[in-house]
Amino acid sequence: MLGYIGRRILLVVPTLFGVTLVTFVLTYVLPGNPALVKAGPLATPQHIAEMERRMGLDQPMAVQYWRYLRGLFRGDLGESHITGRPVLEDLVQRVPATLELTLAALLVALAAGIPLGVVAAVRRDGWLDHVSRLLGVGGVAMPTFWTGLLALYVFFYALGVAPPPLGRLATDITPPPRVTGLLTVDALAAADWRALGSALHQLVLPALVLGFSVMAPLTRMVRATMLEVLESDYIKAAWAAGLPRRTVVYGDALRNCMIPVITLIGVVFGFLMAGNVVVESVFAWPGIGNYAVAAMMSKDSGPIQSFVLFVGVVYVFVNLAVDLVYGLVDPRIRLR
Amino acid sequence: MSLAALGVIVAVTLGAAAAPLIMPYDPDAPDADHALEAPGPRHWLGTDLYGRDQLTRIVHAGRVDLLVALAATAMALSVGAVLGAVSGYRGGWIDQLLMRVIDTIQAFPSFILAMGIAAALGNSVTNIVIAIAITHVPIYARLIRGEMLRIREMEYAEAARTVGNRQRRIIFYHLLPNCFPPVIVQATLAMGFAILTVAALSYIGLGIRPPTSEWGAMTAEGAGYIVSGEWWIFLFPGVAIMATVLSFNLVGDALRDVLDPRMKGV
Amino acid sequence: MTDLLALRDLSVHFDTDDGVVQAVDGAALRIGPGEVVGLVGESGSGKSVTALAILRLLRPPARVVGGRIEFAGRDLLGLSEEEMRSVRGSQISMVFQSPRTSLNPVLPVGRQIERLLALHGAAAPGQARERAVAMLREVGIAEPERRAGQYAHQLSGGMCQRVMIAMALATNPRLLIADEPTTGLDVSIAAQILELLRDLGRRTGAAILLITHDLGVVARLCDRVVVMHAGQTVEWARVRGLFHAPAHPYTRALLRSIPRVDGAGAMEPIPGGVPSLLAPPPGCRFAPRCSLVQAECAAPVSVRTIGEDHAVACVAVEGAEWSGRGR
Repeated sequence: MLGYIGRRILLVVPTLFGVTLVTFVLTYVLPGNPALVKAGPLATPQHIAEMERRMGLDQPMAVQYWRYLRGLFRGDLGESHITGRPVLEDLVQRVPATLELTLAALLVALAAGIPLGVVAAVRRDGWLDHVSRLLGVGGVAMPTFWTGLLALYVFFYALGVAPPPLGRLATDITPPPRVTGLLTVDALAAADWRALGSALHQLVLPALVLGFSVMAPLTRMVRATMLEVLESDYIKAAWAAGLPRRTVVYGDALRNCMIPVITLIGVVFGFLMAGNVVVESVFAWPGIGNYAVAAMMSKDSGPIQSFVLFVGVVYVFVNLAVDLVYGLVDPRIRLR
Repeated sequence: MSLAALGVIVAVTLGAAAAPLIMPYDPDAPDADHALEAPGPRHWLGTDLYGRDQLTRIVHAGRVDLLVALAATAMALSVGAVLGAVSGYRGGWIDQLLMRVIDTIQAFPSFILAMGIAAALGNSVTNIVIAIAITHVPIYARLIRGEMLRIREMEYAEAARTVGNRQRRIIFYHLLPNCFPPVIVQATLAMGFAILTVAALSYIGLGIRPPTSEWGAMTAEGAGYIVSGEWWIFLFPGVAIMATVLSFNLVGDALRDVLDPRMKGV
Repeated sequence: MTDLLALRDLSVHFDTDDGVVQAVDGAALRIGPGEVVGLVGESGSGKSVTALAILRLLRPPARVVGGRIEFAGRDLLGLSEEEMRSVRGSQISMVFQSPRTSLNPVLPVGRQIERLLALHGAAAPGQARERAVAMLREVGIAEPERRAGQYAHQLSGGMCQRVMIAMALATNPRLLIADEPTTGLDVSIAAQILELLRDLGRRTGAAILLITHDLGVVARLCDRVVVMHAGQTVEWARVRGLFHAPAHPYTRALLRSIPRVDGAGAMEPIPGGVPSLLAPPPGCRFAPRCSLVQAECAAPVSVRTIGEDHAVACVAVEGAEWSGRGR
């Protein structure tokens, strides 16, 4: 077990190096002159040359990479032209919004997707199975941005139950004092029911849209896993031993199914982070995805690569956490 | 079911290819008298702000989306196949190195990486193709590598070696053709993902830019009209995306059932 | 002596894309209390299907199409699922091949025994743990307290099978069905497992239905034997009687095809192949390969008694001398 943990953690290091290398390449090496951008539209050739020298762009690649890494450790992710602040600051300020949306969507996906996949497998070829397969096949083909727009049209414009996509709180409500940055949690902590209600109201539709987009692949994978488990020898032996259906299916089989599903959560998280960008764009949600998109709109390339780096690093650690939890839960790994 | 899907793909492809010939309207010509018209007998899918016929624009946009997806898939396939084949056949440090590269590409969610590459390279069609292709390379590299490892052990590789063929010939002429059934399946499924990616990139502005029409970009144009009720501008491009991706997925699944039953459940 | 288990004219069909596979056709066998009966046949002869049918564990596309399974006076085929569940694991238990995969990988083995005890009321709630450990000790597992807390992957194949046997016998069943219990086990371990089965059977008074393709195992362990071919039961005898005077042509061919330790005599493979069960021959299914085949073999074959506790489903038996090998 310790060996497993150790090896897994050790693997993180070269992966992180790889991630920084990729973003370094994207930031500096590819066509486009960052000095040009930084110097601004009114720069003279001398200005640009001076800027290049200062940014170390005339140095060999390895040296530049080293400078880049040092900068990262110092927390220097460049500056944003729109906000005029260091990118790291901007990201940190906006992360809670993305986190809240991602967690809510994850909750939706897990709460709906896992039971659906399980029941679809248990009652194979039943109506629920057909529904789940339809959703799986259809859901995977629907572009998330379109689902979001459709949801907005139906629930906001047509039915009027969803709020206008203007952010995390209705405009006339003051946010609760910041404890975690998650508005729902903070509102709860401050017992501010109006804010809680508004925050939830604003959160529902984007969370449902994002959750639905990852639910499709998740349900398919859970169903496949459960079907496999139900065919295994130990389940057959359990039937032969006279164990009641409830125990065999929703006890033994389910338990064995959930273990590989843990690893699925890592994959689902990747889909969530990708879908985040688009959903934040559709609902004008003030998270890091929207930040990156807005930066790109105004030709501010620094934030985009820092955003890519940020997501990459988070993804690496999420996968690490998933693997570690898996190692803890599966006795075949936990013990020898 | 999958025959219907195949039919959809063929129809979309042919329609896209023949667009200038069959579409009654000019996709770029504004027609202010008929701006923002709901779907009707003159304009089956309605018009946009400039009076352009949506149906025509959607079919034209199909060319772009399909072309980009096809080019990206072809590029990813070729590069990935070569990498995977070399990696699987040679083994050793080459294999380790190439697999680290593949791992690094997969360390990012693929759409995020595509965003970064597209932002770095710029908005041209070529660059989008490259961006998507890079994120798809790992799929094919791993697949071919796996097949290569499997086939390498089989007997006719031994036989070919003893006859004195050069190593490269063995790889490319004897072994590669056998790798292709699963690759065809993956490529078909990947076409769907490629279309979704280019559409999403274009939606957020990192992809194909106007005046070239593209499904994702068209959906983005329609986003602003939701609040005023002109639903047809965002809806139909999305339906086009969904129908096309769904068709590719269904055909891919059917191909998988036919060509490679042992891949079921993948 | 009244039988503990009696199969009468049992037939099982499988619905496949290629048609209906008639996997078991009119199978019959009897087991008396405490007896060890071997069910012998090649792979695909329907032995495992018969065993699963007894416990009503067959799922679609398999279905029982006829016959009776009489156990302790009741026809199991007529029981409700509820009632059947109380039979499984408590009155009739089953042990499968591949022991390690037959154990739940995420529950400690002790717990798996305990909950069976609790389920079938074989132990008071507080005593389940002790009883489980005692069972592990009884099946010959050293350090049973420690082992009870371990998982299947931490035990050897032989130990896993012992655990399975402990689970099967924990509730004191009257019949234990063992389906190829030694497949995949080391030869010496297999021998130990078989000894264990026999000893425990004797001690607990449980009857054992041992399903195997290995005649050597049958010779060593069983009181009586039933031979199965292509879904039909063709011969029933005491072990000695079968080996000394095999009656059915298939049984004789089977015995002739076994290599002898002393190398005397050539091995004679059985000509032809197992018939297709999609369109099996009417009547006796061995007829196409049988050297004694007659016109009557195309009709359902009647069973003849040819000796003390020796019956055979063959019309050609009388008069045929046994001059072959085998003791």
